[in-house]
Amino acid sequence: MAPPAQAPHALRLTRRQTLLTLSATLAGTGSLLTACARLPAQAQANPHAGIAREPAHLTLDNPGLYRLVNRLSWGASDAELNLAYQIGPGAYIAQQTADATPAALPPAAQSQIDGLTITQKPLITILGDLEDMRQADDKQPYQKELTRLAREAASRHVLRALYSPQQLREHMVWFWFNHFNVHQHKHNIRAMLGDYEDQALRPHALGRFRDILGAVAHHPAMLRYLDNDQNAANHINENYARELLELHTLSVDGGYTQRDVQELARVLTGHGVRHTDKIPKLRREWAGLYVHDGAYEFNPARHDFDDKALLGLTIKRRGAGELDEVLDKLATHPATARFVCGKIARFMLSDQPPDTLVKRMSATFISTQGHIGETLKTLLYAPEFTQAEPGKFKDPMHYVLSAVRAAYDDKVILNTQPVLNWLNRLGEGLYNRQTPDGYPQTEDAWSSSGQMTIRFDIARAIGNNHGGLFKTDDGSRAEQAGFPQLARASYYQFTRAMLRADTRQALDNTASPQDWNTLYLSAPEFMYR
Amino acid sequence: MQRRRFLSMASLAGAGMAVSPWSSRVLAATNDTTSPRFLLVFLRGGYDALSLLVPSTSSFYQEVRPHIALPLATGDKPGAMPLAEQWALHPAVEAPLRNLLQARQLSFIPFAGTDDTSRSHFETQDSIELGQALNGQRDFQSGFLNRLASVLPGQSAMSFTDQLPTIFRGPVDIANTSLKGKINKGLDKPMQSALAGMYAHHPLGAKVREGFDVRQEVSMEMADEMEAASRNAVSANGFDQEARRMAKLMRDRYALGFVDVGGWDTHVGQGQVDGYLATHLGQLASGLAGFADEMGPEAWRRTTVLVISEFGRTTRENGNKGTDHGHGSVYWALGGGLAGKTVAGEQTTIEAKTLFQNRDLPVLNEYRAVMAGLLRRQYGLSPSALDKVFSGVKPVDIGLI
Repeated sequence: MAPPAQAPHALRLTRRQTLLTLSATLAGTGSLLTACARLPAQAQANPHAGIAREPAHLTLDNPGLYRLVNRLSWGASDAELNLAYQIGPGAYIAQQTADATPAALPPAAQSQIDGLTITQKPLITILGDLEDMRQADDKQPYQKELTRLAREAASRHVLRALYSPQQLREHMVWFWFNHFNVHQHKHNIRAMLGDYEDQALRPHALGRFRDILGAVAHHPAMLRYLDNDQNAANHINENYARELLELHTLSVDGGYTQRDVQELARVLTGHGVRHTDKIPKLRREWAGLYVHDGAYEFNPARHDFDDKALLGLTIKRRGAGELDEVLDKLATHPATARFVCGKIARFMLSDQPPDTLVKRMSATFISTQGHIGETLKTLLYAPEFTQAEPGKFKDPMHYVLSAVRAAYDDKVILNTQPVLNWLNRLGEGLYNRQTPDGYPQTEDAWSSSGQMTIRFDIARAIGNNHGGLFKTDDGSRAEQAGFPQLARASYYQFTRAMLRADTRQALDNTASPQDWNTLYLSAPEFMYR
Repeated sequence: MQRRRFLSMASLAGAGMAVSPWSSRVLAATNDTTSPRFLLVFLRGGYDALSLLVPSTSSFYQEVRPHIALPLATGDKPGAMPLAEQWALHPAVEAPLRNLLQARQLSFIPFAGTDDTSRSHFETQDSIELGQALNGQRDFQSGFLNRLASVLPGQSAMSFTDQLPTIFRGPVDIANTSLKGKINKGLDKPMQSALAGMYAHHPLGAKVREGFDVRQEVSMEMADEMEAASRNAVSANGFDQEARRMAKLMRDRYALGFVDVGGWDTHVGQGQVDGYLATHLGQLASGLAGFADEMGPEAWRRTTVLVISEFGRTTRENGNKGTDHGHGSVYWALGGGLAGKTVAGEQTTIEAKTLFQNRDLPVLNEYRAVMAGLLRRQYGLSPSALDKVFSGVKPVDIGLI
């Protein structure tokens, strides 16, 4: 076993070096093939003693390290493998789970994001600008602008997922979006998506569950999507109340009743959306209870000012704070811990994660007051996390992103539209899930015959040429980008050994590199992580 | 209907004839133009059945829906069109389906649904698609259309969806392809065979080969549509286009089909004679009319289409001129071989005292019993075959066909 210090930059390969290294590896001189990565000493200290204690010596062989990176991130790119290899799996996990400030992307990607309206303007300004368009006779510019803003959010989401050094955070941002799903084509939610991701989800993606739950419950996108902006005293709308219990926290068998739903709906009255800075005229005793933050509003005139009783709590009437009390209760409920941890384990590891592992995660979740990063550590340090079997079938999001990352590594794409189109074709378009349950994450939902055929089309688009990824929509910028070189050193070092004989044979019998790429990205092994 | 042929098939299935998912489907899919056809349309979101089938004699209905109750059509004022004793039909549905109504090829089954009272979309959709007893252990890998396919060997099934839905999950391999929008041609033959080699010994192998076959079938069937499009002929779009494509494939190849249509969860501003729901219902109805038309009279005689949804909505409108999750729904049946009942099944009046939990339509026609009754007529299934589809359910024949 060679510690990583003796094999620095093992994978830092330029394209020119590729051929050279490749032949060296083939000639059997690649000592890296047997190298193991090891946890550096400084990563062993645990700031949360007694919680998710890291194993003192986490060592992984090459397939194990590949699986760690491939499962934790949006897919193993050379850059990501290289990083994990250099610092070792323990430090890699510690770095990825750290709840640090969201980091900048590589300049070529960050500059694309910096130019977006959703980066430059806060939501309330965007909504103000839209309000003028909305009142115009011709509604088309208004609709076009909404669509453009949603496209900006989608584009940013894809760039971050592909290139952020904080892969686990971006991975979890998608998870949380799907958990707290909203659908873009309702009302003006298209304008709110960027803010929803940036303010409600991303800052808390590795933080505390209570924080993300609260941020979502006070975000106009969710309040609008589940009709809570319409929920008022004597005009009760149960939609958000029900999904908050069923889908966001306790889960359907979490032990709540129809009565709890109705009571929670009353707690939720008055929490809504206001597009402008104009504040409604209120009776004097209500004026101090009014809240307006961004486009979120709590309007006491719409709130049900009677006591409520739900989930064993008696909620004293007092306005906006009633909801916080209920969310405190829900976020720490054992049914929530079980539900959320099971869902994370199914998302990251397997359709049927080991029950003992989910229990360990739930224990961490409860003892850390719902700390997501710590809960993830319990999962990522578990020996089960890097075992080969059973493996997790990629849903379309994982399939498409991992294919682009494998094919182009850290060469930043100029156009995210092909990626978004592929996701739509595969039925898992960003922000396109109409129902609040989010997209399913199990193999049987995504492995049908029709699905496989479309994946092969996409593999061909990526493998044969650049699939339109390296030219802008208006053609103003285009980069010379031929087809990718997937048969490179990382293939020989990490993945070839993990292929079945049928796959190897098909690859070996393929003369053209384009067809080789298409087959590699279509192989059964590439469908799993 | 060739009842005898299906009896013999059903008994083969009952005898446990092994179904090889690969060979049986492909052989059957090439040329089957004689067996009965069954299409299930699932309206996801719980559509507001009381805006479709209007209780025309219920003053209660008008009272509790002050903003959204449909008025009856009078003179030149549009409104619900009289359909049967105590019922009228939404005009957006009546217009495109008038011919089928006059031919008595369209029936409605009010008070239909499931005994699941969770009022959760997902819970109820799952339980309906699984079609298993509500109080027992659930097998999430066994949808009832898959079980139906297993007792119809030699016939092939297709899910016209991007993903394979729960209703088709199970041991019989079911093809799927969405027919929305543009149809793609796919990989060339050498690449297909290289891929088939890669997957030769993999559990996904059968699906991969099936995918190639379906792609070929679809592009063959759609060849005339593509040619028409290339001549700039006006073509259908949206659900109309999708439904016509489904009809082509079902007419020539597929005996059993499924499609889902979303967008029915109308909590806010659902509209009335016009508006969101009216538009949505109208598109659905015109698609269904297109389906019947494209099947052609000969195949349509052997075809039954059933339209269902996970639940109905609250009888009373909510505070936002919409409706919330309810219970009993109205199912639709269409087909060239229907017996001609415009409204079928158990019924009651709609007033405060007949409501379920003082809010929703009651369920008087439990979906498994009704479907078992329908499938028995449609396919001539034996009791043991029926029991495989809906275990322990006593079929109820409400005289649809």
